[in-house]
Parts: sequence; structure tokens; C-alpha cells
Amino acid sequence: MKIFEFAFFGLASLLVLLGGLATVAARNPIRGAMGLLTSIVGIAGLYLMLSAEFLAAIQILVYAGAIVILFLFVIMLLGPSATSPRDARTAVPRYVGAGVLGASSIGALALVASASKPGVTAIPAAPESLGTIEALGHELFTKGIVPFELSGALLLVAVIGAVAVARGKQVDPTLLPAGEGPDTASPEPGDQGAAQPGALAGHATLSAKEPH
Amino acid sequence: MISVPIEYYLVVAAVLFVIGSIGFLLRRNLLVLLMSIELMLNAVNLTLVAYNRVHPHDHAGQIFTFFVIAIAAAEAAVGLAIVLAFYRIRKTMRSDDADLLRS
Repeated sequence: MKIFEFAFFGLASLLVLLGGLATVAARNPIRGAMGLLTSIVGIAGLYLMLSAEFLAAIQILVYAGAIVILFLFVIMLLGPSATSPRDARTAVPRYVGAGVLGASSIGALALVASASKPGVTAIPAAPESLGTIEALGHELFTKGIVPFELSGALLLVAVIGAVAVARGKQVDPTLLPAGEGPDTASPEPGDQGAAQPGALAGHATLSAKEPH
Repeated sequence: MISVPIEYYLVVAAVLFVIGSIGFLLRRNLLVLLMSIELMLNAVNLTLVAYNRVHPHDHAGQIFTFFVIAIAAAEAAVGLAIVLAFYRIRKTMRSDDADLLRS
């Protein structure tokens, strides 16, 4: 049994780390989203080993089923322009920052590994109720009822805010001057258009936008 | 008694967090930045669940993870809406071009 547990752990953590690397390294955001999906599935497997069955199901449902799909919708809505072209501006400070962070984290990991005692701590067997829906729900609705309700309110506000932000301003064609279609109308003819000529000269909505 | 030591989970979570944060620093595509944030949130969740396995008398870590997942969903929705609005204004995905507030 022990070898199976180690094999499952190795497979799941391999999925997690390779998926994370693919997310970060992929030039195409669709591949990045697939890497994120792989990583999320691997983490759900690790949750199963840590006797958090309910969280494993939630992880698959919410992350893989909702968040990754939302990413994919946005990537496909943006089309080819979701992939930003390669250019070398501001490359040096980014690489320096990432290198400093990577080196310091490797150093921190080495310090922790050298300071830790040899031999791992024995973990007692989990109680039967750890991670089940009944036990988690009982604690969620007794001790955590206030944050639970607050998170419901937060999700409602986030949905309203997302719709309000993503909808954008619709140009009413009856308000435009004669002879001007929505093709030439700018939603906010003002300082932004002056600061970035051509940036706002497109269409008001994504749906009316011509293909790139 | 579980056979895989808990430290291994913590190492996997730490490495995943470092991957996510390096991606956040290194990439300039706004979508990839949001995905890196999701990776970091997942790493923190894994740490919380692993410590909850060490102290199994209550579900504090797992409940915390539950709320982190809820907030990650809200963050993804609002973040992607902002990305769409930004694209509508600037017609690009580069985070360096997000300087609309600069005078």
C-alpha cells in the first residue's frame, strides 16, 4: 500500500509542477490555461491524499469547471490578440526581479532543509470525519457562519461588478450625428483619445469588432 | 499514520508558489498574470490543507481553503472583466500598456 501512496503522490505532484511550469512558460494563453487545468487536477489529487475529499470535489467543480472555463472564454473572445507579441522592452528588470526571487527562494528552501531534523514527524491517523461534507458543513454553519454569509455577499457584488465592468458603454446609434455610423464613433471622445490616437477609434463593443 | 510525510506536500506547495510568483514577475500578458495568481492561491490552499491534516481536531485549514476558493472565483471574474475592458480601450494584452492613470 505504501508504494502506491508514494506513486500517487509523485504522479499528482508531477502534474502540479509541470502544469504550473506550462502555465508560466506557454506563449499561447490557451496552452497556459491547459497547464493551469493540469495543475488544478493534480492539487485535487493531493487533497484526496490529505483526506480533504469535499475540497477535492470543490476544487474540480470551481477551479476546473468555472475559473479555467472563464479564462478559456475570454481567451477565445480575444482571439489571436490574446497572445502578446514578443518584444524586448523592460525585459531586464523583469528578469532581474524573477532571478532574485528564484535565487532567494532556492536559498530559503536549502536553509529550511539544512535546519530541519532528520526523520519526518509521524502523523497520526486522521479521524474518520476529517474532510467529509457533514463535518465540514457542520463547522461552516456553526463557527464560520458569518464569513460564509459574507462570502455570499462578496460573490454577488463580484458578479454585479464583473457585468458592469465587462459590458462597456454601448453607443446608441440614434444619438450619433447624421452620417456617422458606429464605425467612426468613439465612446469617449476626450482625453484618452487625444493621449492615445487611434486607440479608441475602434468600435464601442467587442461584439461589433471586426476580426483582427 | 500516513506514509507520505507532510513535508513533501509543503515542498510541492512552496515550489508551486515560487513558480507562480516568478511567472507573475516575468510575464507581461495580463491573462498569464491572472493565471499565475491562481497558481499562487492554489499553493497556499495546499499548504493550509496539509497543516490541517497535521492538526485534525477541527477543520480550520479546510474552511479557510473553502473561503480562498470562493474569493479566487470572485477575483477571476472581476479580473477577467477588467482585462476585457482594458483590451477594449487599448487593443492589447501587455501589462506595460496599462498606464491610463499616468498623467
